[in-house]
Amino acid sequence: MAPLISFQDVGKVFGSGATAVRAVDGVTLDIQAGEIFGVIGYSGAGKSTLVRLVNALEPVTSGRLLVDGQDVTALGESQLRRVRAGIGMVFQQFNLLNSRTVAGNVAYPLKVAGWPKAKRAARVAELLDYVGIADKAKAYPRQLSGGQKQRVGIARALATEPRILLADEATSALDPDTTQDVLALLRRVNRELGVTVVVITHEMDVIRSLAHRVAVMEDGKVIEHGPVYDVFAAPRERATRRFVATTLKDRPTPEALERLRHRHPGRIVTVTIREAGVDVTAALRAHGVDGTIVFGGITEIDERPFGSLTLELTGSDAAIDALLADLRSRTDVEDLGTAGVPA
Amino acid sequence: MNRDWSELSPILWESVRETLYIVGVTVGVGGALGLVLGVLLYATRRGNLLQNVVVFTILNVAVNVVRPIPFIIFITAVGPVTLAVVGTTIGNDAVIFAMAIMATFVTARIVEQNLVATDPGVIEAARAMGASRLRILVTVLVPEALAPLILGYTFLLIGIVDMSALAGYVGGGGLGNFAIVYGYQRFNWEVTLVTVLVIIGMVQLAQLLGNWLARKALHR
Repeated sequence: MAPLISFQDVGKVFGSGATAVRAVDGVTLDIQAGEIFGVIGYSGAGKSTLVRLVNALEPVTSGRLLVDGQDVTALGESQLRRVRAGIGMVFQQFNLLNSRTVAGNVAYPLKVAGWPKAKRAARVAELLDYVGIADKAKAYPRQLSGGQKQRVGIARALATEPRILLADEATSALDPDTTQDVLALLRRVNRELGVTVVVITHEMDVIRSLAHRVAVMEDGKVIEHGPVYDVFAAPRERATRRFVATTLKDRPTPEALERLRHRHPGRIVTVTIREAGVDVTAALRAHGVDGTIVFGGITEIDERPFGSLTLELTGSDAAIDALLADLRSRTDVEDLGTAGVPA
Repeated sequence: MNRDWSELSPILWESVRETLYIVGVTVGVGGALGLVLGVLLYATRRGNLLQNVVVFTILNVAVNVVRPIPFIIFITAVGPVTLAVVGTTIGNDAVIFAMAIMATFVTARIVEQNLVATDPGVIEAARAMGASRLRILVTVLVPEALAPLILGYTFLLIGIVDMSALAGYVGGGGLGNFAIVYGYQRFNWEVTLVTVLVIIGMVQLAQLLGNWLARKALHR
């Protein structure tokens, strides 16, 4: 099936001459209908610009960009307005109209799209109910909490039944609990309404709990992309490894390892836990080795288990070597040695 | 004294009525034209919705040229235009014409300055919904800036009351004329004082009303 959004060697330059800034540089990327696609990068990496190319808030400088089969780089302003109306967008700062009520905000895109008044009212009620703020219909944005504001933002973005929802740091201004609520809502939107969601974030936790696939951006380029699970399990680029480390704190830092070695005289190994389950306990028993869990953590990525356990192994060297060979045939094992003989 | 006031008070109230008329028409016409000009001034600035260097430069220079001219000089300076449009250069209507022009340019700057503070994110959100530029100007930009605009218009209103005092110099009426003719020229300080108090009262009322409306418009 053709991708819903297709970047083909897309570039975006701001300014010209010596002061020109290449915000997006030769990006080639396909986003499939129905998926949640994450774009992660540090601020200034070009991810916000990248997403604004999709609904042509910023015009593309070079390359081709197909949205739902249409080359948006070739469209005029009035045609672009129609493309934009079919793409919802939510923002970090919510960007609600403070002069309108919650219902007024959600009705605004429907007015723009020319819906008749009676249909508008019914749709607004339905949307507010869906995002769980039906009781706030008559409130003004300044009277709402951040989480409530973002729910209004999501309802407004979904009003015209778009196929694509762009979320630009949608949870970055929210506290951790509210972030989880909003992420759950975005997941529901994707699953129940079949809306393709493109999430821009600098938080790996958001990618981990929400996205199916991810692209990592640095200096305007996509340096790595693929299924979230694969990128987490085997990050190739330095920036990616740093992002992964911010959310998975399952491996001891060098300092922590030093302390572990002093506390635990046995051989220390880190066993990666992946979807294909490794029964560590059974392996220990089979090889007659004792193991104590001294560090680690297992979490879910894209709803599949992922993490690692660091163990202190005690037993004969031969038994331990046999155990490690056995484990290595099924998963990644890192031998960290002992205090006396660090690996 | 008493006999004086029984004679003067109908004239005073007539002057109040005239001032309200002059100020009302000026605020109505100048305020409306100034709103359009101010929105254009804002929107044509570089990086904004209707970015247009030529239009912006012309408007900007026009506002900067007209605004600093002392109003008493401005009335006579636009005399030929007033004559052509109104048919006379004296009386209330002639004064209103000159005041409306000045008010238009003053309002344009006030409006522009209040629109600059609008959150660009809200405009971006409206663009993302597919709204046209004109629609955004009318249904997003102006309503979002309503509270500061109300305060700006209150400020304008008071400035226009001030301007209207000069109407007397070109044969117009109103409180300014009243204070000069019955107070200053008759050495009747009490009349001047009463006129000042009436003007202060009117301005206070306007300011209170403006503050109240602006607070309502914030929807906190």
